[in-house]
Amino acid sequence: MIHFVLLISRQGKVRLTKWYSTYSQKERTKVIRELSGVILTRGPKLCNFVEWRGLKVVYKRYASLYFCMCIDPDGNELEILEIIHHYVEVLDRYFGSVCELDLIYNFHKAYYILDEILISGELQEPGKRTIVRAVAAQDSLVETVKEQTGSISTIIAQASK
Amino acid sequence: MSGPSLMDSLFQRSLEDIIKGLRQQLIGEQAFISKALEEIRKEIKSTDLSTKSTALLKLSYLSNLHFHDLSFAAFHSLEVLSSPRFSHKKIAYHAISLSFHDSTPVLLLITNHLRKDLNSTNEFEVSLSLQCLSRIANVDLARDLTPEVFALLSSNKLYLRKRAVAVVLRVFEKYPDSVRVCFKRLVENLENSDPQILSAVVGVFSELACKDPRSYLPLAPEFYKILVDSKNNWISIKVLKIFSKLAPLERRLAKRVVEPICDLLRNTGAKSLLFECIRTVVTSLSEYESAVRLAVGKVREFLVDEDPNLKYLGLQALRIVAEKHLWAVSENKEVIIKSLSDADPNIKIESLRLVMAMVSEHNVSEISRVLVNYALKSDPVFCNEILGSILSTCSRNLYEIIVDFDWYVSLLGEMSRIPHCQTGEEIENQLIDIGLRVKDVRPELVRVARDLLIDPALLGNSFLHSVLSAAAWASGEYVEFSRNPLELMEALLQPRTSLLPSSIRTVYIQSAFKVLVFCLHTCFVRGGSIVPSASLNNLPAGVSASVSYESFDEFSVENGADASVVHGQTCASAPITKESIVNLLNLVELALGPLLGSYDVEVQERARNLLGFVDLTKPEVLNSAVQEKDDSEGKGVETSKIIKLMHDAFSKELGPVSLSAQGKVSLPDGLELKENLGDLEMICGDLEPPSSNAFSFGSSYEQKDGLSFSNLQIKEDSEQTNESTSLLAEHRKRHGLYYLPSGKSELVSNDYPPANDPTLQGDIDDNADNLVKITAESLVPKRKSNHGKPRPVVVKLDEVDEKHVAMKKPESRDDSLSGAVRDVLFGCEDAPPTLSQSNLSNKLSSKRKGKEKQHTDPHAESKENVIDDGNSSLRRKDHSHGKERRHRSPRKKNAEERKETNQKEKEKSRRHHGRHKSRQRAEEPLKVSAQTPVIPDFLL
Repeated sequence: MIHFVLLISRQGKVRLTKWYSTYSQKERTKVIRELSGVILTRGPKLCNFVEWRGLKVVYKRYASLYFCMCIDPDGNELEILEIIHHYVEVLDRYFGSVCELDLIYNFHKAYYILDEILISGELQEPGKRTIVRAVAAQDSLVETVKEQTGSISTIIAQASK
Repeated sequence: MSGPSLMDSLFQRSLEDIIKGLRQQLIGEQAFISKALEEIRKEIKSTDLSTKSTALLKLSYLSNLHFHDLSFAAFHSLEVLSSPRFSHKKIAYHAISLSFHDSTPVLLLITNHLRKDLNSTNEFEVSLSLQCLSRIANVDLARDLTPEVFALLSSNKLYLRKRAVAVVLRVFEKYPDSVRVCFKRLVENLENSDPQILSAVVGVFSELACKDPRSYLPLAPEFYKILVDSKNNWISIKVLKIFSKLAPLERRLAKRVVEPICDLLRNTGAKSLLFECIRTVVTSLSEYESAVRLAVGKVREFLVDEDPNLKYLGLQALRIVAEKHLWAVSENKEVIIKSLSDADPNIKIESLRLVMAMVSEHNVSEISRVLVNYALKSDPVFCNEILGSILSTCSRNLYEIIVDFDWYVSLLGEMSRIPHCQTGEEIENQLIDIGLRVKDVRPELVRVARDLLIDPALLGNSFLHSVLSAAAWASGEYVEFSRNPLELMEALLQPRTSLLPSSIRTVYIQSAFKVLVFCLHTCFVRGGSIVPSASLNNLPAGVSASVSYESFDEFSVENGADASVVHGQTCASAPITKESIVNLLNLVELALGPLLGSYDVEVQERARNLLGFVDLTKPEVLNSAVQEKDDSEGKGVETSKIIKLMHDAFSKELGPVSLSAQGKVSLPDGLELKENLGDLEMICGDLEPPSSNAFSFGSSYEQKDGLSFSNLQIKEDSEQTNESTSLLAEHRKRHGLYYLPSGKSELVSNDYPPANDPTLQGDIDDNADNLVKITAESLVPKRKSNHGKPRPVVVKLDEVDEKHVAMKKPESRDDSLSGAVRDVLFGCEDAPPTLSQSNLSNKLSSKRKGKEKQHTDPHAESKENVIDDGNSSLRRKDHSHGKERRHRSPRKKNAEERKETNQKEKEKSRRHHGRHKSRQRAEEPLKVSAQTPVIPDFLL
């Protein structure tokens, strides 16, 4: 299973963290500090795997972002690389040629998409189209609600109650 | 009333505002964040849910990416959760799965929310709730929500069903009893044709099988079918993982799956699947030569691939193969050696491990040579990695692969000189250990030690201090093998030793003591017979250099590097003449004089001991030197007695002491370790200051050698102790408890003679004697075992059993640990029969008639067993067994299949005692594991 997913920028800024195993807030900070130290310093043409505290971390760099996933020692590294790629492709499809800024401003969306792909540390949905459809469906649910509440008139109506 | 809420929602900063704001803050980010947090704290208390949820969203952003605690908002997130709006729920679930953990106080309150959402008609709400449950589930949540998850397992919405399947794993983990309820449905999903569901179920089983593969053996036919039929790589990978766990447990299963896996190996184009096949073959099917050959062939393709990922994985796979098929490694030797200089440190380390796997007693020296050369060239981290692995490989099983110890000892010396070497402690341990264990290597050891000691440059490297300590110890302990003790003495007392930490300095001083005693002994007692005497001119330059204060002014300053070069040339013969002894004594006085005021008690004490000894002997030596060796009898007798005494003391060998030796000593009657030793004052009070404190060493060898001095002797000694030693001794007495163990541990590592002797020496009552005896007892058997066995050139060493004892302990603990784990798992696995038979079989009866029949009628089942043919019954069969058998102890299974006639009764009794059995089974995991469980024949 996947223990956690991290997105770290080249400058060491954290863009997304998702924890499937239990880590306290303190441990989380420590893990990120340790791993970004290890991963960001690795040169370009090296392999994408790092052994770390008896676990394995698979990372891949897309543009300025490092996508990292931590797995058990007997996990399949190449499979995880494919999952990372899968995630990136879905993000790309959803945002339309995704860039780091998209993830910065829509950090919760990135989460929701990840939640569609992985559940409790397991790959959930290998079909890109299905994922995008599901996310879009949820977005529309959110939008309609927003429309109801978002307009000034509803606020005023609320206020004058 | 609604005023503030209106203001809030109108002017509330959105998440986007925060993100933008943060990005504009180049400095003062923290201030910005704490301001935002302050706002959030206010907003989150708002009664308006949209304000609240926005605040929560911002908070979870800050918590997630800037690591601010959001536990204070736990209750607020529950409030947002209760909102009917999907967008709010989503935010709340996100925050909750981010922040809740087992000890969150409001965890109890979430159950109903989750339940409500799990039953919701909106599939996305259900999905959110499942997602959250998978993250925060604890025992209570898992228990309370099991029915909902169970219902979802057969939901007709695929979207929910696969999620429920994935979440069920977490529920099982937290609340094993839920297995009774859900397992059957989970197994049913194995037959689902939808690849996504299948992928989820297989994923769950591969996780479960990791923890306790044995329980899932009965499901093997199902997995086999999936393996053969699956066209989906994700699924195949997971199924392979399951088989890699199951195959080692059941030979027939391995035989069965090896073919399909080889087919996959040959035909698949996906690297991830290919790698999984390789790994399955090398880990679990390593008896099948042809399969292994095929896999190794593929591994070679990986190794020569451009992609560093494949290369790395190929090396990893080779490392697994290496355990059983070393040929695979040697076939790829070139690639591996080449990878040692790869750009990627991970690949380097992998290939290093492989190289170490190839090491055998025939090639150890060549490989070490190659590696040491690599170490010289590589960066510090990898260099130490190399050194560490050489050290650990060579010392494995008491140096079993080392034939030529002389070579190894000099390799150790060489390794410690590699500039980046930081493995000093390991080298130290091995030098001492080899010195103790291998008699024949001692001359070489002393030579290596001398080379290390004599090089003043090494003293400046703090990583080497421990190596130097070992070298000092070895040169003192085995000084009789030294070709030039005088030079050793010089090295031990060189001025730069002030760079050493005091703990190591004490070793130096103690070794110097031993060397000095040895020199005196050769000179006076044996008349210098072994060492050919030569003129003073032959004295190594080093010695003369620092003796120069008295005689040779020309060399006065330099005793540095050049001196050691000179040593290299002249050390062939070492003369010990009376003059040189006098110089030696002067040197000792000169070098150790300042240490009398050292702040470190150990250093001070040892220096004092040595100087005391010099005081005692010097007049005689001078005397006899003047008389030009006419009659060494007269007054010299007393001195030589002392020297002889000391020499005898030091000449007994130390044996290795097992770590558990202390524990084996039972406390003798009447030994009062904690008794107040105040009467020491009386004894020490009437001492004569001038006479030597050298005898405080008396007990140091008592300790070491197990020689028991007569009370009288000790008394005599202690009377000679001067006041400062008595003070010291008193200190020791007061902190005796503290000193004793340290002395012991010192003994183990043999760094320097035990520190507790003065205690013994100082107090003359029975306690001391007892202590001596105890230590003697703890040592003697060891030494016997040590030297009792005659040791030829190379040593299969003593103490093997000691070691074994020490090593076995953790092992057995492991066993009990895994036993406990098995207990738990068996407990949870065999829970099902009780419930599933009564409850589930009823519930599901309408769905699966055949199965139901088998459940209620064991006889029918056994009949089917006989009829059983081909694939169709294979699956049906499995279900009956899948349910029942997997919960049965394999032992029982065995019996069942052998004696079908008995089966009926057994089944009956099993029914009756269903509950008992679960307990009983937990108690017999060992028996269970001892027998190979029998897989249903239909598979084979």
